[in-house]
Amino acid sequence: MASVTLLRTKGLSRQFGGLKAVNDVNFAIREGEIRALIGPNGAGKTTFVSLLSGRIAPSAGSIEFLGNDITARPAHKRVRDGIAYTFQITSIYPMLSVFDNVALSAQSALQRSPGAKPAVIAAKAKEALEHVGLSDRLRDRAGTMSYGHQRLLEVAMGLALEPKLLILDEPTQGLSDGEIENFCRLVKEISRSATVLLIEHNMPVVMKLADTITVLNHGEILAEGSPENIRANAAVQAAYLGTG
Amino acid sequence: MTASRTMRVIALHVAVLAALFLVQFVLPDYHYLAMTRVMVLAIYAMGYNMLFGYTGLLSLGHAMFFAAGLYGAGMTAYYTDLGVPLAFLIGICCGALLSLIIGLVALRTTGVAFMIVTMMFGQVAYLTITYFTDYTRGEEGLTMPASARNFDFLGLHVDLTNAVLRYNLALALLAITLFVILILVRGPMGRVLIAIRENEPRTLMLGFDTFRTKLGALVVSGTISAMAGAAYGLLFAYIGASFASIQYSIEALLFTLLGGAGTVLGPLLGSILMFYMIDIASEYTAAYLLVTGVALVLLVLFFPKGILGTIRERWLPWLP
Repeated sequence: MASVTLLRTKGLSRQFGGLKAVNDVNFAIREGEIRALIGPNGAGKTTFVSLLSGRIAPSAGSIEFLGNDITARPAHKRVRDGIAYTFQITSIYPMLSVFDNVALSAQSALQRSPGAKPAVIAAKAKEALEHVGLSDRLRDRAGTMSYGHQRLLEVAMGLALEPKLLILDEPTQGLSDGEIENFCRLVKEISRSATVLLIEHNMPVVMKLADTITVLNHGEILAEGSPENIRANAAVQAAYLGTG
Repeated sequence: MTASRTMRVIALHVAVLAALFLVQFVLPDYHYLAMTRVMVLAIYAMGYNMLFGYTGLLSLGHAMFFAAGLYGAGMTAYYTDLGVPLAFLIGICCGALLSLIIGLVALRTTGVAFMIVTMMFGQVAYLTITYFTDYTRGEEGLTMPASARNFDFLGLHVDLTNAVLRYNLALALLAITLFVILILVRGPMGRVLIAIRENEPRTLMLGFDTFRTKLGALVVSGTISAMAGAAYGLLFAYIGASFASIQYSIEALLFTLLGGAGTVLGPLLGSILMFYMIDIASEYTAAYLLVTGVALVLLVLFFPKGILGTIRERWLPWLP
């Protein structure tokens, strides 16, 4: 195991009043892996990735990204560091063209090199759209596309950010079987250049994609391991099926 | 394709400015002065549009920025002998500073709260002006002294009572504003502003510092509005508290809505139309505000995006 730890949390917690949504989570993700985060509804998955992306602040604990403490770093700076987050509920610019949606991401990725040429931004945006198979829809208004295509557009926006860590919050929700298959292929492809953290309810997708699975329950890590181990884990079965 | 589009955009705006330049040779005296005023008010509306039309932040206190320029320049010209050009610059700086301070506070809110906070600050500005009546003469206002009407600048004699000079100064300021805004909104900053208007949480999670961008938009907007105010006070030789009243804040909003929020030329078109609509209606009836009201109701019903906004949506998608 020579691979580098990309992100690590220590004692990460978030309370909402009396509810411990995320409680003392020690979590680490290696560079290049596809990690699935699963757990029953209300287990704290979305809260956990929101803490990672900086959308909400932790009550306690710390987050390290590539060896730097980013606990206090604002969300937009974490994006520039390389943590990209796609929303659970599709969040695009419905009134803008497909191209403009992705061009914004590309522009953000190039923020550190001021005066980036419009042509460079355009090229990057087109590359990302080609990746997800939307390059024939450049001029379409994003809001007029089908739901499945809007999800793909979101992924393209994530890709154009050139992230080191791409967090996908329930990406296959609402997609048809055919679209899901296509999506799995896409995630595999993305994982060659970025680490992927995936929140997912669709078990066949998780089993197919994930290198490692982390199971969250009541805001705590219940189990972690390979798909085979998790499938056989009695505690996980109990949490999901409510027995024991 | 992008290059030809840019050419088209530049050609359109140059044509509009050329038309405004040429129309001065045929305008009768009354309309000559009226158009001078309209152009200055259009600059104000264009400043307003930066914030409302492009960034999606509705301010109900923009008259304070107009007044900051008006009083910053007017009081300097009235009480000091720094000269008109310097007074003009001071007016602009007052607006820039005020918008920075207001922005740091007001941008902590969004939506309706932002409207209320800006309206409150606008009222504070208005009341401050009337509170210091000893210096500002409140509603009665101040008339610029002769030294601010006739002066020498860089060896040139400037006579601000000369209508031709005033018209062309207003036009020059309008042209500068137009191109500054055009460059801003078509550039990377404009793209982020529109992104904030369309979906702010997503824009933040794309790695843009939305607070700073909004603050930048507000300062640009406030500074342009202040420039209009400074020009208004110095060109027409009068400053008064009524320019800081809420009515002037609403006016910028109406001009922008009529012409088309989020279009570069919309506020100019809106200013011209609204000014003449009120002007013509008031010849026939004292209830001219009713005419404006009906026009606005029709506008909201049939052209909710304003005149140029509707034209862009239906026929000219390249319009900036």
